[in-house]
Amino acid sequence: MADMLVYALHYEGAFNKNSLGAVSEGARVAAALGGEAHAVVVGDSATDELCAQLGRYGASRVLRVPGPEGLAQPVVDAMAALFAARGYSYALFGGGLLGFEIGAGLAARLGAGVAMEVTGVRVEEGRLLAERPILGDSAISLITFKGERGIVIGRLNAFEASEGGGEAAVEEVSVSFEDFSTRARMVSRGEQRGESVDIEGADILVAGGRGLGKAESFALCTDLAAALGPASAVAATRAVVDAGWYPYAGQIGQTGKTVAPKLYVAAGISGAIQHKVGMAASENIVAINKDANAPIFEFSDLGVVGDLNKILPKLTAALRARRDGGA
Amino acid sequence: MKICVLVKEVPDAGVRKRIDSATGRLDRGGERTLNPYDTHAIEAAMALREGGVVEVTEIVAVTMGPEGAARALHKAVSLGADRSLHLCDEALAGSDVAATGYALAAVLGREQPDLVLLGQQSDDGECYTVGAIVADHLRMPSLTQVIKLDVLDGALRCERQAEYGYDTVEVELPAVVSVGDAINEPRYPSLKAIMGAKKKPLQTLSAADVGIDPGRVGAEGAGAVWSGALEPPAKAAGRMIEDEDTDATVAEIIAWLQARKLI
Repeated sequence: MADMLVYALHYEGAFNKNSLGAVSEGARVAAALGGEAHAVVVGDSATDELCAQLGRYGASRVLRVPGPEGLAQPVVDAMAALFAARGYSYALFGGGLLGFEIGAGLAARLGAGVAMEVTGVRVEEGRLLAERPILGDSAISLITFKGERGIVIGRLNAFEASEGGGEAAVEEVSVSFEDFSTRARMVSRGEQRGESVDIEGADILVAGGRGLGKAESFALCTDLAAALGPASAVAATRAVVDAGWYPYAGQIGQTGKTVAPKLYVAAGISGAIQHKVGMAASENIVAINKDANAPIFEFSDLGVVGDLNKILPKLTAALRARRDGGA
Repeated sequence: MKICVLVKEVPDAGVRKRIDSATGRLDRGGERTLNPYDTHAIEAAMALREGGVVEVTEIVAVTMGPEGAARALHKAVSLGADRSLHLCDEALAGSDVAATGYALAAVLGREQPDLVLLGQQSDDGECYTVGAIVADHLRMPSLTQVIKLDVLDGALRCERQAEYGYDTVEVELPAVVSVGDAINEPRYPSLKAIMGAKKKPLQTLSAADVGIDPGRVGAEGAGAVWSGALEPPAKAAGRMIEDEDTDATVAEIIAWLQARKLI
């Protein structure tokens, strides 16, 4: 028998989708190991009612720990205390920034092995086996754990949230935090920089990356999206958003949104894993990049090696002419 | 303020990386370079030194790896670090990320820095995790993926992009902070700095020198074990166009979109 403890991240009265996926995955794996999946929720704003929702996704018990929100180290303290008191074998995280931080801190605290960027978890002969894609997803490593404990950090969107579970008992657990865990303080959380843009409802997305070179070049994407019709929108990579070229609401990837439009046009995007996890499920991917070795070409359906400044204006003009001509 | 910067050598981005099929370890041969994210960490240390808000007494570059890994330290001191430490021991070969963090923390524990900086990820393993592991061993507060860093009295004000938008977090010193590439534009080392780099002190340390428990490192000490490999599901190769005549390229793109009824 081996029980799993799954971390569930919440904010403003709702759970993060990846956390729900992790709870479902944890429940499936725990059942295969003959154990149970419990979820841990840390924060002063989490209500019993909110926590009980995790039962639907497969958690048999939810441990609600009052404490600070949005920071990793208090959660490490909480999970380490629960491991010590209740003998869990595995911890599971749905990915995202906090998942990586908490999972890594917990591995250090427990002296346990950690597998990260995991896209699948299986049980073979009573042992947990984690699948981790490596080298730009060209191979998959199988990871097992020595000893009695292991930490699994999922890749974003790797685990499917499935409803159909039952009731979860919610239990409040008090944890005394380490002194160093309380020496970081959230000043402001979840600030939305830039205007609001809707990219999740669009059938067609034109996404711009650092390869555009400068903020002004973003107009090439905006013009192309306009020429592709009203179902189109413009999105961006994290590098571009951090540089202030485009609003945060339009960001795709690890710390942004996940999309799956009919057509995804990647302009000047190298295709790092952090971006790929947010858009790989798109039906058709067209990539334009001057670097023929860019990883994006390994998962695009149509790849164009060339200069964006030459190609995008002509493509936009051709699409406009086609519409105006009624073709 | 004394700053330690963790750096590592990684395969050059142009090198095709592969895995040794017998051990599952990354084949670390070929052209190598300082992990690009680490150059941002060194630049962040230099920005603190040059910013004038706080007196930075020393910047120490720290790495762990085989003999050749000292090249990453040469680069780090040419970018501004004052001296460097190289943890180099056969016993460390095959360490997983948890053991690597433990070993680096052993070196840092002796140095007693006020701030540990590192790049948020490395080009070879893409781990975001070393900073959090090191911090837990050092019992210091920690934040990863930071893109803005300001000095307050005895603390740092950090900004980063997290799950729900941008967060601002105040972290008391001493602390461990990993930085993203948006934090700054790293400088290029001057010829003089490159020439001078080899004159700056470089100390090589063994695992025993820093009190590392040999049972907790290396392949033996790894808690996560590589136990095989799978082929990823095959994806049909996409069509590629090399743009030579842009009008023809655009016509091809339009035809492709039309054939799929996307326009």
